[in-house]
Amino acid sequence: MFKDITLGQFFPGDSFVHRLDPRTKICLSLIFIVLVFLANSILGFALLGGFILLVAIITKIPLKFMIRGLKTIMFFIVLTAFFNLFLSTGTVIWQWRFLKITDRGLELALTMIARLVLLIFGTSILTLTTSPIALTDGIEALLRPFKKIKLPVHELAMMMTIALRFIPTLIDETDKIIKAQTARGTDFESGNLIRRAKALIPILIPLFISSFRRADDLALAMECRCYNGGENRTRMKVLEMKAIDFVGWGVTLALGVIVIILNYVRI
Amino acid sequence: MEPIIRAENLKFSYKNQEDGKEYEVLKGIDMEVRKGEFLCVLGHNGSGKSTLAKHFNSILVPTEGKVFVGDMDTSEEDKLFDIRQRVGMVFQNPDNQIVATIVEEDVAFAPENLGLPREEIISRVDFALKTVNMEAYRNHAPHKLSGGQKQRVAIAGVLAMMPEVIVLDEPTAMLDPVGRKEIMNTIKTLNREKGMTVVLITHYMDEAAEADRILVMDKGKIKMEGTPKEVFSKVDEVKAIGLDVPQATALAYELNKNGFNLPLDILNTEDCVSNIIKELEND
Repeated sequence: MFKDITLGQFFPGDSFVHRLDPRTKICLSLIFIVLVFLANSILGFALLGGFILLVAIITKIPLKFMIRGLKTIMFFIVLTAFFNLFLSTGTVIWQWRFLKITDRGLELALTMIARLVLLIFGTSILTLTTSPIALTDGIEALLRPFKKIKLPVHELAMMMTIALRFIPTLIDETDKIIKAQTARGTDFESGNLIRRAKALIPILIPLFISSFRRADDLALAMECRCYNGGENRTRMKVLEMKAIDFVGWGVTLALGVIVIILNYVRI
Repeated sequence: MEPIIRAENLKFSYKNQEDGKEYEVLKGIDMEVRKGEFLCVLGHNGSGKSTLAKHFNSILVPTEGKVFVGDMDTSEEDKLFDIRQRVGMVFQNPDNQIVATIVEEDVAFAPENLGLPREEIISRVDFALKTVNMEAYRNHAPHKLSGGQKQRVAIAGVLAMMPEVIVLDEPTAMLDPVGRKEIMNTIKTLNREKGMTVVLITHYMDEAAEADRILVMDKGKIKMEGTPKEVFSKVDEVKAIGLDVPQATALAYELNKNGFNLPLDILNTEDCVSNIIKELEND
């Protein structure tokens, strides 16, 4: 039942966006998010929307993958739109009993929807085109300057790598434990919420115990392979900024300048 | 032959947290691992064979006595990394030894820890993966491999340190027959072709039969020592310890009870068959 779980939502490919350095992609995604909140002109949003659509087309990721990301926050989008639409002040353009829509409310609601959708699309493109490992490497490299203020950057990255490494192993294990407990007559499906939550205990306890045992083994194996924290450690794979990264930066920064200018050129 | 690892009157005991009693696991062991040999430490559960192995790269240090790797005393803490680099260790469960999410990155883990330059890491990873015959899987995710393949990746991960000795603590205990064969073939290649010193801890007789030399452990002591033929031909002694002899030896032993006169240093099926045929023709 757990076999088909994919890690993160990485969609492998070989497009321009896929080949960008993870550091570039993380930074550009952050810039894009800032732009989404800076923009306040129709043309600005149209430009950002067009840009993200173009990027999505370049990555060759099916549109349904992008839309899947929206589903999870659909409720949030509808709620925000609702409040903005009906509870804003301004000139009334439509009224039914106590519900009224103002011009300002309509504008705010549409802006909010546009922002949330663009936000999800922008971050989805990052996680869809970057493998979890590359993402970890990128985060480690970007956080490296913070080592000076004693942030344990290497340790954080190591924890993320180990977590990623053990997720499939623990999923397999959970599957086995569920089968073993089912064979012993545990009923996971019937009863009320409390009863079903209680049925999870015989899964969680063995899972915890075995996780600790695995952690113990892994620590020993790592020590046997001379692991001594991040000090004096070198890496086989070194991140390198290539020509395409500069192209990516250039395009995104140009987009940023245009969006900001458009804010002041009111049509 | 010069010894790489030497134990002198090694004793190890620990205090049980629950009943507060002192348990002596190793009761005075003198042994050595010689350069280039394939040594097998045989014993059943609780004989102390894994505890002995853990002394070889100072995961454990002796309560009494000494263990030397080369001329380094394993109880000296500043030699720890030198010792661990010279004596690599592979454990039972392959799943719990693999650190990274990609095969080649896992193999690179040890050389990265040693702080080697990038080119050197890459060449070591290539060498290690080639030796265990896993080059084709270098970009695979470890959790999608079979047990035997995972264990071979774990061996490669240790080989990338370029150790002088590789200690394998029951490396086949969690594998299916196919995986066991893969690992035994890898171990033999390492020893015979690459000249690596190998110490195999096991309770499988058929694996022990492949070694150059066997140490049989029981209750924290070394009970027997010798080549597989010397050890297994003493069938009664081996059985008294609670261990079995390889199937071929056992068959010869049983046939001898019924009037046959077969040599007892038969270890594999081929020898067994040819000896029985010879015996029958003589009659």
